[in-house]
Amino acid sequence: MSFLGYLINGVSLGSVYAIIALGYTMVYGIAKMLNFAHGDVIMVGAFVIYTAMSSAGLSPILSVILAMVLCTILGMTIEKIAYRPLRNAGSPLAVLITAIGVSYLLQNLGLLIFGADTKSFKSIVNMEALQFAEGQLTISGETIVTIIACVIIMFALTSFVKYTKAGRAMVAVSEDRGAAQLMGINVNGTIALTFAIGSALAAIAGALLCSAYPSLSPYVGSMPGIKAFVAAVFGGIGSIPGAMIGGILLGVIENLSKAYISSQLSDAIVFGVLIVVLLVKPTGILGKNIQEKV
Amino acid sequence: MKKKLLSALLCVAMVASLVVGCGGKEETAEAPAAAEESASEEATGATFKIGGIGPSTGGAAIYGQAVKNAAEIAVAEINEAGGINGYPVEFIWGDDEHDAEKSVNAYNSLKDQGMQMLLGTVTSTPCIAVADEAAADNMFLLTPSGSAVDCVANDNAFRVCFSDPNQGAASAQYIGENGLATKVAVIYDSSDVYSSGIYETFAAEATNQPFEIVAAEAFTADNKTDFSVQVQKAKDAGADLVFLPIYYQEVALILNEASKQAYAPVFFGCDGVDGLLSVEGFDTALAEGVMLLTPFVADEDNEATQNFVAKYEEQFGGVPNQFAADAYDGMYAIKAAAEKVGLTPDMSISDMCEAMKVAMTEISIDGLTGDITWSADGEPTKDPKAMVIKDGAYTAM
Repeated sequence: MSFLGYLINGVSLGSVYAIIALGYTMVYGIAKMLNFAHGDVIMVGAFVIYTAMSSAGLSPILSVILAMVLCTILGMTIEKIAYRPLRNAGSPLAVLITAIGVSYLLQNLGLLIFGADTKSFKSIVNMEALQFAEGQLTISGETIVTIIACVIIMFALTSFVKYTKAGRAMVAVSEDRGAAQLMGINVNGTIALTFAIGSALAAIAGALLCSAYPSLSPYVGSMPGIKAFVAAVFGGIGSIPGAMIGGILLGVIENLSKAYISSQLSDAIVFGVLIVVLLVKPTGILGKNIQEKV
Repeated sequence: MKKKLLSALLCVAMVASLVVGCGGKEETAEAPAAAEESASEEATGATFKIGGIGPSTGGAAIYGQAVKNAAEIAVAEINEAGGINGYPVEFIWGDDEHDAEKSVNAYNSLKDQGMQMLLGTVTSTPCIAVADEAAADNMFLLTPSGSAVDCVANDNAFRVCFSDPNQGAASAQYIGENGLATKVAVIYDSSDVYSSGIYETFAAEATNQPFEIVAAEAFTADNKTDFSVQVQKAKDAGADLVFLPIYYQEVALILNEASKQAYAPVFFGCDGVDGLLSVEGFDTALAEGVMLLTPFVADEDNEATQNFVAKYEEQFGGVPNQFAADAYDGMYAIKAAAEKVGLTPDMSISDMCEAMKVAMTEISIDGLTGDITWSADGEPTKDPKAMVIKDGAYTAM
């Protein structure tokens, strides 16, 4: 029974990683860049929700929608100001370094505006926990909502990419940017749309992350951001179902190793598994094997 | 044309150097006068200059500001009552932003300003760095709140707060003697010296106590938001008390997780739990019944405490924490020791230190954080007070 508890909590943690990893993987797949500021957009989203709920007294749903709108604007602005001018700068390192810069900029702006004190986030989920086997197994409302949200988001994204014009454009840009442009696809617009979707997902991830683990500080996004990046690589970066599988596996491995091996070694085990997977399959679990033609 | 330009430039340079030269002379002329002034001040031996170092800005500012404010209150009181041995006290402060390097810089700058004794530093890591500098100068050092063992490794250094190991042993004894539990779980931060230090001595002392540790779960600084596993393991092990030698931010998360899992043991913490009730947005109902061993509680029914709290609230706003109380006691400890050996401000820094070292072991003060005496290794002896959170406030047990 306790195994089931660890497993469910692991899936819940993994679902949050998965939603964050979707943001990483989409941006990487389409813009071919690692957006290290993604974790900090999560932080911004969480702070927007916190402020909207505690100061403005908005309902949880409205707060999340507001955070999604603001994060979308923020993500597109970052893309337009910081990344787009560098896209053709020659070295892909320039954009990577700028992303790290944006990440620190957001963190420090957060410190300046909200202070370093940890705040307790009020859960957006208002649902009684489910009890099984006379209280031996408890599944909290946050866990249920997180897992459901994760599944819905994955199906929505997959069908968006498969069946809509904008989604097809994304696939085209990710496969060959130059050819896509020649076929009349607006590459800049498509990339901006990717950032918009990724940032809106970050706002949702912020809401779920902080509801499940209610501590809010300007650094709240940095560690989950890194873990989610690992999850994206684990599942095969660029692949939407891969991010999902990678995230959930990561969460489950982390929780089970905490429970059965050692609570302080869990991170070492998670990253050890990552190394083994990459040694065996360098493109990740669902990654495509693309051969470079010389 | 070029030559003309060059000569013009050279002219300008010459004139400029003259002006600069004059300025320099003026400055050097002033400097001896200033030196004489400060020398004459020293000769009359007007004041004791006690320095303080701590993070008054940055992430740990809450601790540094508390110490600075409380020390200022104590100094004002001491001066009002006639100073130390008839000499007024001057308190000079240096900010270190909780950074070892900046702390040493602040120490040197305070020394240049004539500091004779140091009430600091506030946080452990900078304190260890400054302690070595102070030992080299043989400057008397009393840290209000540096709890790591190494802060008072040198024989010129003393502290007001408990050391980390001391808290662990005291907690285990308290739980055992009061029969609070038979099965205890511990959740601690293995990446933090404060937390793991307390845990180790707690576990060592637990073998002598009538309870057993059924689960010892760690977490690290990089993985401190998800406590579902640690809490569930404590629950599965049937622990009726969970010992939390960690800081309040994580305590808030653990209380939240426990309530989600419908797990309600007794939670027992150390001084790091102080601050739990002021976490913004935290549902204080969750903290109901949390116990902690801490040397100071602001709402204690005691005249000295009430006086101090009232003054602090009036001058700086907000309720003082235990760091403030430690600093206040520290200043009075310096006063008591200095009076014991008849210290005068004209003594050299090293002579003062030698006298104070002996005096500290002979005094006993009735402070806000209890009746304190010191041993020659710099450690205080005082009784921790057990507190319980009741109706959203700390109450003595």
